[in-house]
Amino acid sequence: MAKKTTNKSKEKGWEYAPSLESIGHIDLKESYDLFIDGKWVKPSSGKYFETINPANEKVLAKVAHANEEDVDRAVKAARKAYDTVWSKMPASERAKYIFRIARLMQERARELSVIETLDAGKSIRESRDIDVPLACNHFFYYAGWADKLEYAFPNRNFEPIGVAGQIIPWNFPLLMAAWKIAPALAAGNTVVLKPAETTPLTALKLAEIIELSGLPAGVVNIVTGFGDTGAAIVEHPEVNKVAFTGSTAVGKHIQRAVAGTDKKVTLELGGKSSNIIFEDAPIDQAVEGIVNGIFFNQGHVCCAGSRLFVQESVADLVVRKLKQRMDSLYVGDPLDKNTDIGAINSKEQLEVINKYIKIGIEEGAEMYQPNCEIPTKGYFCKPTLFSNVAQSNVIAQEEIFGPVLTIQTFRTVDEVIQKANNSPYGLAAGVWTDKGSRIFNLTSKLRAGVVWANTYNKFDPASPFGGYKESGFGREGGLHGLRAYVKLK
Amino acid sequence: MQGLKMVLNMIDLTTLEGKDTPGKVKQMCYKAQHLHDSYPDLPTVAAVCVYPSMVGVARKELKGNIVKIASVSTAFPSGQAPMSVKLEDTRFAVSEGADEIDMVISRGKFLAGEYNFVFDEIAAIKEACGNARLKVILETGELSTLDSVRRASDIAIHAGADFIKTSTGKIQPAATMQVTYTMLMAIRDHYDRTGIMVGMKPAGGISTSKLALHNLVMVKEVLGEKWLSNEWFRFGASSLANDVLMQIMKTETGLYQSPDYFSMD
Repeated sequence: MAKKTTNKSKEKGWEYAPSLESIGHIDLKESYDLFIDGKWVKPSSGKYFETINPANEKVLAKVAHANEEDVDRAVKAARKAYDTVWSKMPASERAKYIFRIARLMQERARELSVIETLDAGKSIRESRDIDVPLACNHFFYYAGWADKLEYAFPNRNFEPIGVAGQIIPWNFPLLMAAWKIAPALAAGNTVVLKPAETTPLTALKLAEIIELSGLPAGVVNIVTGFGDTGAAIVEHPEVNKVAFTGSTAVGKHIQRAVAGTDKKVTLELGGKSSNIIFEDAPIDQAVEGIVNGIFFNQGHVCCAGSRLFVQESVADLVVRKLKQRMDSLYVGDPLDKNTDIGAINSKEQLEVINKYIKIGIEEGAEMYQPNCEIPTKGYFCKPTLFSNVAQSNVIAQEEIFGPVLTIQTFRTVDEVIQKANNSPYGLAAGVWTDKGSRIFNLTSKLRAGVVWANTYNKFDPASPFGGYKESGFGREGGLHGLRAYVKLK
Repeated sequence: MQGLKMVLNMIDLTTLEGKDTPGKVKQMCYKAQHLHDSYPDLPTVAAVCVYPSMVGVARKELKGNIVKIASVSTAFPSGQAPMSVKLEDTRFAVSEGADEIDMVISRGKFLAGEYNFVFDEIAAIKEACGNARLKVILETGELSTLDSVRRASDIAIHAGADFIKTSTGKIQPAATMQVTYTMLMAIRDHYDRTGIMVGMKPAGGISTSKLALHNLVMVKEVLGEKWLSNEWFRFGASSLANDVLMQIMKTETGLYQSPDYFSMD
């Protein structure tokens, strides 16, 4: 409440009051068991691990650590549900369950977004406006496909694959669960899903929702744990399909593990995506796109636009405006609606990011960070920009998975296509230009699964997503996303 | 609260109707100085905004007061008059005591691509203003694209505008956030290049405190704290003031009061 200040206040500056999302309405248990065969069961090892809030390092809940035995139970439950119920059910009935899950998620959207923010560190604005609504929309979208698969695969016979083992990352916990579960169910498969160890809570809330929806027992099983749990899923002989989103290193490991089996695999892995700004681009809009491309979700985005290419004629202008824009970003409490950049997901990830920042400095690149304050408790990283970078720099080659951008300049269209493609990855790219013909030229020549024109990080359930090269294979989302969950005959 | 008071202090309280009379203008001028006397220490609005024929009346009412007088000019709102008339219109308003002139650009000429005409016209009016500050109304609702809004902003700024202003209030859409944002960026780019500050006035359609605060946040984020005063930012509005007063009283007392407790002038 301002006192008797009239015009004086202006001189002191105008600060925004914190606008904290309340957390009083959420329902979190102290400890969570495994969701297997429609029931909550204790892990056979009796072991639990803690999941913390990366913004203040406080423990949120204890979560069961599933071992091989637990995974075996989950896979057997999924197998039984597949054989006896789910594969026999009319597709229109399957659709109703998926639709019901979507509706229940929507009803609890506020709770889900707050828990997502607490567990993952992402800003409440993003979890509220992007993660949760998009996750619901994926269920809605695939509910619609369930009884129309014959139109998805015209003139072909198809059948579900069976039991899908799905392993998801910590950057978009609920959304990735939706990307995985919704198409699998729509196509008639049953599921064993493992959320990441740092962010298991929204997947467990989703399990509660699934329980509430009356989905037949065993159709979706959710087992929490670490890498060993994931390995048990991948290696289980009765798993027919493995879907993984995460690092390229683990993806390669999975590839080796399934070699010689008839397991189907889709991998959505790392990226070092290029965001290309031509001189005729709407510069202010492009600057927003650059910011969205790399600082969205603290840069924990597999398709983050982490390699910025700016045509030399506008490079100074773009960099100046970009710095100006970075100065206005708010880094802080993820629950505050003013916050643009929340907490880094884990201590380990913060160490990785800081390691790369150090490498960047040692490589002689020019670093810029805004002069903003960051909280002392919790894991935070300032938005960071490196200019004076070449393709040969480590920071321009390796995925950092944090709010760190490298800027390179280019002169001609051919040059930038070559540089953009000169990466082991090929997940996404952005092109900023007013010229339509140039957009089409680039979209056909860039070796990336997604190419955005005059926008970045735009997602929709109807739009397929996936990579080239070491960014993985298979597509998720849209009609293409169904293909990964059926056998075509 | 700080934001709300800032909004109040940035309002150009406006009446621009064919049926305006000295009586109506007098009432508004009184309101401008006494927004809500039951709450002490409220700021006044920044200015009143009237037709040139009413400037004399307003001058008499506001003698010696810090509330400024803005007059629309150049055959407001259409701007469809010969140059000589527009200049005379402006000189008359200034001689009657206007501190600020709100001119309209010739949208017809602009859309026909005669940018030099638009530029020259603004420059000539600026000269006719003398010491009065010039606000240039782009009437963005008639320009239709953001590209045009940006181009018109640049022309106005280079021709010597002290303020650029979105709309007359007679055409919809008026001051949408996208349009205001585009114009703020034109101001920012000019400032970055030259160090010269230009003011901004969104007008038309901002009638709630919430929308006004959205605008202030935009100004702070795009241009910075320097622009957060009525020297550089204004709201052109007729009904905004009472909503802000209502919110101030709500913040103060915790209770919403009926609109009947806020005077309408």
